This record gives sequence, C-alpha cells and structure tokens, in this order.
Amino acid sequence: MKKLLSLVLIALIAFSLLPASAQGVVRVFNWEDYIDPEVISLFEEETGIKVDYMRFTLNEDMMVQVRNSPGYFDLVFPSDYAIERMISEELLQPIDFEKVPNSAQTLDWLQNPDYDPEHKYSIPYMWGTVGILYDANRVKEPIDSWGVLFEDTYKGEVFMLDSPRDALGVALKYLGYSVNSKNPAEIKAAADLLIKQKQDGIVKAYQVDETKDKMVAGEGILAVMWSGDAQYAIDESPEGIDLTYVVPKEGSNVWVDGMVIPASAPNPENALAFIDFLSRPEIAKMNCEYIRYSSPNKGAIELMGEEYTSNTNLNPSQETIDNCEFFHDNADVKVLYDTFWGMVKNAK
Amino acid sequence: MSNMRFPPWAIWAMLAGLAGFAAMIAASVRHNRGVRRSLFAYPYGLWMVVFTIIPLLLIGYYAFTNKAGQFTLDNFKTFWDSNYEMNKQLIELGMDPQTLGSARGTVNVDTLVYSLWMAFLCTAICLFVGYPAALFMADREFKLGSTLVILFIIPMWMNFLLRTIAWMSLLEDNGLINTILSAIGLPRMQLMYNSQAVLLGMVYNYLPFMVFPIYNALAKQDGKLSEAAMDLGASPMLTFWRVTMPLSLPGVISGITMVFMPSVTTFFIPRVLGGGNTEMFGDLIERTFLSADNWNVGSALSLIMMILILMSLTLLRKVDPEGEGGSTI
Amino acid sequence: MTRIFKRGYLALILLFLYVPIIVLIIQSFNAGVSRARWAGFSLKWYVDLFKSPAIMNALYITVTIALLSAVIATIIGTAAAIGIHAMQKRPQAFMMTLTNIPMTMPDIVTGISLMLLFIFTQVKRGYITMLAAHITFNIPYVILSVMPKLKQMNKFSYEAALDLGATPGYALRKVILPFVMPGVITGALLSFTLSLDDFTISYFTTSPLVQNLSTLIYSEARKGIKPTMNALSALMFVALLILLLAVNRRVSKTQEV
Repeated sequence: MKKLLSLVLIALIAFSLLPASAQGVVRVFNWEDYIDPEVISLFEEETGIKVDYMRFTLNEDMMVQVRNSPGYFDLVFPSDYAIERMISEELLQPIDFEKVPNSAQTLDWLQNPDYDPEHKYSIPYMWGTVGILYDANRVKEPIDSWGVLFEDTYKGEVFMLDSPRDALGVALKYLGYSVNSKNPAEIKAAADLLIKQKQDGIVKAYQVDETKDKMVAGEGILAVMWSGDAQYAIDESPEGIDLTYVVPKEGSNVWVDGMVIPASAPNPENALAFIDFLSRPEIAKMNCEYIRYSSPNKGAIELMGEEYTSNTNLNPSQETIDNCEFFHDNADVKVLYDTFWGMVKNAK
Repeated sequence: MSNMRFPPWAIWAMLAGLAGFAAMIAASVRHNRGVRRSLFAYPYGLWMVVFTIIPLLLIGYYAFTNKAGQFTLDNFKTFWDSNYEMNKQLIELGMDPQTLGSARGTVNVDTLVYSLWMAFLCTAICLFVGYPAALFMADREFKLGSTLVILFIIPMWMNFLLRTIAWMSLLEDNGLINTILSAIGLPRMQLMYNSQAVLLGMVYNYLPFMVFPIYNALAKQDGKLSEAAMDLGASPMLTFWRVTMPLSLPGVISGITMVFMPSVTTFFIPRVLGGGNTEMFGDLIERTFLSADNWNVGSALSLIMMILILMSLTLLRKVDPEGEGGSTI
Repeated sequence: MTRIFKRGYLALILLFLYVPIIVLIIQSFNAGVSRARWAGFSLKWYVDLFKSPAIMNALYITVTIALLSAVIATIIGTAAAIGIHAMQKRPQAFMMTLTNIPMTMPDIVTGISLMLLFIFTQVKRGYITMLAAHITFNIPYVILSVMPKLKQMNKFSYEAALDLGATPGYALRKVILPFVMPGVITGALLSFTLSLDDFTISYFTTSPLVQNLSTLIYSEARKGIKPTMNALSALMFVALLILLLAVNRRVSKTQEV
C-alpha cells in the first residue's frame, strides 16, 4: 500500500514537473506583488501566450537566480543599479525596439537613463523616489529635511531602511555628498552619522517592507520609505493618522525598475510582446492604479488625468526629480559600504 | 561570487569515486560470500558523502580561498577584524586606513559573543522555567500529565515563522498588550525592537524543546526509586536532589543541546522582534552571503560557528558519556 | 496547597505558549486589514486563502515534499540502520559519527552548504533540490529512531532464522522488520513533521518558482503580513492538533513494545 502510494506520488510530481512547451510561454521574474493579475489574464487571453510568473524580493537574490539559471527566464524586472550590473556581466540581450512600438510612451527624462547608457537593454516599468513618510498629526512642524532624522526631536519614533545603500544614501545626501560616493572618507562620515543616530536612540527599527504596515498602524512618526510604499500607507491609513510624504530638500535617490531580457532567454519574442503590452497606455494605467507607484508611461499619465498629476508623491515636480540621483553599480566599493553598514548594525 | 564551471578533473574524480564505491561493494560481497546486512548502509553512506560531506568541503573551500580562487586565510582574519578586507582595499587605493580611524573592527566577533550570550540566557531561562514544568507534568499523581505534554509539543511543530510573527501582534506599540495597558490607564511600554523581545521570542520558540526531553527522562524513571528513598527516611526535598534530579540529567543535557544550538544560529527573530536593531550570528551569516555577496567570508563564519558548536557538544558529552540523553525521539 | 501551585504554574506556562496562537486565530476572523482595529467578524480571509494560487501551490509543494522525503528517508534510513547495526564496532562507530554530523550542523550551514553544492554542480535549484535537502536532514532522525529498536532486539533472532533455513531476505522481512516497525514509523512521522516546518534549509535550496509554505510566509512577512496568513496559521494549527492527537493515540498503542 505504501509502495503504491509513493509510486502514485512520484508520478504526480514528475508530471507536474514537465516543462511547459516552449511555444507560447513567457517566463517572467518580477518583484513580489508588482503587477495587476488582471493584466496577466488579459495578455494571456489576447495573445494565447502563457505567462509563467515568478517573484523575488531582493535584487541580490534575483541576480543570483538569473546568473545561475541561463536559458530559463525570459523577462526580468531589475532595479536600475542591478540593470547596470547585469549589463556589465553581459547577462542581457539588447531589446529590439522595432518590436516594442509602445516604448515611445516612456517619459522623456527616462528615455536615456545613465544606468543603461546606450539605452539598449531596458525599458522602464515603474519608478519612484525615496523620502520621508510622516504622521502630520504628530510632528511639530512640516518636514522638509533629512536632518530631522538625526535630531532628538522624534527620538525612538523613526524607521530607517534596512539596506546598506538606502540608509547610507540618506546620510550621504544629508551631508551633501552623492549617493554613489566612492570616497571612503565620505562614506565613513555617513556611517558615523548613522551610528550616532542609532546610539542616540533615535531609530526605532531598521525594516524594509514591514514599515508601511507599521506606519498605517501608527507605530512610528517618521519613516524613510519608497514613494510607492508611502502611497500605499497613505491610502490605507485610518482616521486619526494623517500620513504625508516628502522628498527632502537636500535631494534623494530616484529609482527605476526596468524590464530586461536575459541574454539566454528561450522566448525573447514573447518577452517583447509582453513588454509592448505592458507599455500600452490603458494597460499601464491599469497596472499603475493597482500597484500605486509612479508610472513612466506618458499615455497612462494622460489617461489617469488630474487624480494622478495632482499627486505629488507619485508625480513629483521636475525640480524634485532633478534634485535626485540614480543609484549606480558600486561593485568596486561594495566592500566599503558593506563593512561600514556592518558597523552601523553592530552599534549599540 | 565565483560561478565555477565543473572542471574536467572533478568529473574524473567523481567517476573514480563511484567506481571505487562499486569496488568496495564487490569486495565486500566476495569476502563475505554473499550479501551482508552491512551492505544496506552503503546507499546511505553514498548519500551522506554527496549531500553532507561534499557540501561541507565546499564550505571549507570557500572559507580558505578568495574570490579569485587562491588560497588565503583572509576570511578568517576578517572574522577577527571585520575591517580587514576594507583596509586592504583602502591600502590598494593608496589611502591610509588609520586616517579613517578604522582600527580593528569587531563587528563579527561582537556579534558572535552577543549570540553566544543570548543563547546562554535563553537556555538558562528555558531550563529554569522548563524543568519545574516537566517535573510537575511527570508527577505520577497528575493524571493530565501526558495530555499536557501533547499540548506542549503542538506549538513546537507549528510553523516557526508564524509563531514569531504572532508575537508582533502582542508586543507592538499598538499591539494587544499595550492596548490593554492603556485601557486600564497604565502607560504604554516599548516591548519590541529590543533584545528583550528577541530573548522572549527565542524562549517562546525553544521552551518545548527543553521540556520534552526532561519530561521523557523523568517519566521513564522508576517511581519505586523515590518511593524507596522516602521509605528510608529521606524528605521529599532530599529525594528530589539526590535521586530524581541526577537521574533526569541525561534529559537535561538533551534539552540543553536542543535549545542551545538553534539559539546561537537563530536568524529570523532578531529581525522581526528586534526590529533589525541588533544582529545575531545567523543574521550576520545570511547578510554576508546574500546582501554582501561575500561567500568566502560567509563560509569562514559558518565554519567558525560549526566548530564552536561541536566544541560545546563535546563538552556536554563529557557529562553524559553514554549519550543516553539522546533518546528524545 | 502545593498542588494548586503546581497546577497554576503549568497553566501559566501553557497560557504563555498559546496566547499568540489564539491571537492569530482571532485575528484571522477580523474583517479589517489592520492589526490594531477589530472591524467585525468575517470569513473572507479563509475564502481568499483557498482562492490564492500561490498559497495553494505552496501547500501542495509542502505536503508532497514532506511525504516524499519522509518515505525516501525512511527507506534509506531503515536500511542504513540495519546495515550499521550489523557492522563491526569500528565501522559502526564511524558511521554513527557520520550520522551525527548533520544533526550538529545548524540549519543555516546545512542550507548554505547545499546551496553551494547545487551551484557548484550547476544543478538548477527547485523542487528536486529541495526534496534532496529534506531527505538529507531526515535520514539521521530515521536512523536514530530505528537503532534503539535494533539494539533491543534479540541478537540471535536473525541468525536463528538463518539456521532454520530462511534466506537472508526472508529473515529480514519476517524477523527484523516487524520488530523495528515502531521505530520506523516514529522515524517516518518525525521526518514528515520536520519537513513540514522547515524554513531555513528550504530557503537556500529552492528557487522562487518552487515555494513551500515556510518560504512563502517568509517572503510575505517581508512585505507585510496579509490577514490571509492568519487564516492559514489557524488552519495549520487545527490540522496539527488533529495530526498529533492521532499520533499520540498510535504511539500509546505501540508503547508496550
């Protein structure tokens, strides 16, 4: 009996492991919760191509997967600096823009981003900024500077991002340096600032994605967040908690998640079709309204109208954008960043 | 991270290994004039070599090499001095590390010490809280004893992540406990985002692992021994100290083993309940491997941790040479 | 007096152990998303749970891996235990030390070392690798469950059977196996439950495509817990309760042996 059962199980497993036919499949690797499921169904209906949808939560994890699975993924959604890294590792193939007419919909200032210098390999999917989300009811005055995170005023009520580049980036910007600084002295100064912040008891916790729920629950007064997460928190916050998002005057990081095709993708044609589909104004609008991040699609923005354009979180002024920097690949100074970050985490 | 190609010599080595394995089996069969029972262990042996020995060797390989694949002890030096790699790079860039004030960095060592301390505290608390519990449950007069043990075990087998996350709802600033406190007029307290919360989470997760072996050891005891002691005039207290407790020692050792080891290597609780404010060694290893993408240092750290655990286990074995405490299963 | 103290103490500890679980279960019926506010009773998270393909898929994977790894580990482990038991003292001690090694390796090192193995041999991580990993950490527990039974067995039963004309295979099936069966079952059950709950090792040996419940919960936890997780944990708790009560019934039946 046991033998029969196990044979049946093995057969079931083997069956379920059979690869989908190479025809009519596109293997997508995207961030967790980063697409409207409707969009996938619409695409599958219209084109008959099946979407094999997989998720990741960290750029680093994603890159490990892509590096070690050649010939598996068709379409990946890395962040800007990850795209830069993957280009330098020759993991990507150029996009045939002829087959993606909707790529013209991309906002002008995103047409030639510096993380993809020849603009060959990627098309923007979503973008945003990094800023401070705060509870307007509990702050003494409107927030406009990173400095408030390093003062005693809101001791113990600040959430910082648990990520070396983002946390050090904030400190670097406040000190007037670039978020891509390769100067050890500058990085050290940023780390010292973070260490002091921690030792002074200003930080409540270092979290990544958990922060938005915590802010909705009123767990803290200030949080460093990505604009999209901030929008989520603002949308979800109940009465009594008035959340506001601001990009501080010292400037910040602007980030883009793009769509790329790995060099060894088995179904590049299908990937291109999907990219084009996602870049259609109506579809991009649908997606944007579901994910609530900033859209890089001109047509979608037009369709969303006033509601989107008047939202300063999702649609910041050009001035704000110009005041922000992209992250660049920092492979040659990664050890510096990681070592200093270790000091911050270890500080008591 | 070096993405190694499978070199031809490795393929030959594997084939040679398999051939040698087959030869061993053939020789054993010939020598014993038939299939001996001991042959049954050979498939297991092969599995172990492939899935335990070789991975360990790989960890060893990464621990003793650098990114370029050359032999080095740098990774262990980085354990001792977390600034070692950075300082090397700074010197290469023509800078003097001293100007940055980066003397020896103690991040890795501090984290290890912190983890060992937390594990010790957790084990101690589990022991002091768990022993009486096991004792009361094993009391022969207590009819519900064995049912209670089941109730103790159930959380042990519920998903570890969910159990930890469950505490968040209670400990948060706006969580259940604080809500109750403010409802009865007491001030809210910060119960989370600190080491105490992490310790609580650890004790919560590992307490059943301490109680179960001790209960087993106590329940297996022949009640007549303590009866005899008391008949001979010993007080209950004395009976406990001189008869019951020593006999339960294998269970205690087992419990300590089953709590201490996972405690040292915990890597989720500090992030969720401690708010990422302190790292334990498990978090550090994970961060080194994934976020910092430094497999060499990560492997060195893993080796160091394993050696420490092996050392403490050997010490414990000295107390319980028969290994009878292992009968928790 | 002491009786009340003892009962009270136990009750307190049980309370400590169960309060978070009870909170989770209550929260699973909370219509609202926020943890802080009760928005009315609702079963919608349970409905969402079954509608969620990610969770159902993870459940399928978790259960199948637990079953398969338990079965395979039990087969290999029981054979191994019988084999080791029949060895001479020296090889036997060596094999037992070998068996102890994985148990002294912390989960994170086991997980990472296996990850290195798969990357080094360029085996794509996924279902098979996760299965292999689970089998690997289960086998020692099977061996440790079966060995005590083998030691309890009368040393000469097997030889007596041979002397009486039985083939080794027959003696094995009819003499050894029935005697050690309780240990085999315990080992299998232990493997099954260890596999169900495993997180760390699964995390490092699988791919984003193949998630078991634990890794799914982990990636959900990073994003922010959806209340569907509470519903899931409530169900898992009830399932576990039933499973363990059944096991307890089984164990107490075979306890006499």
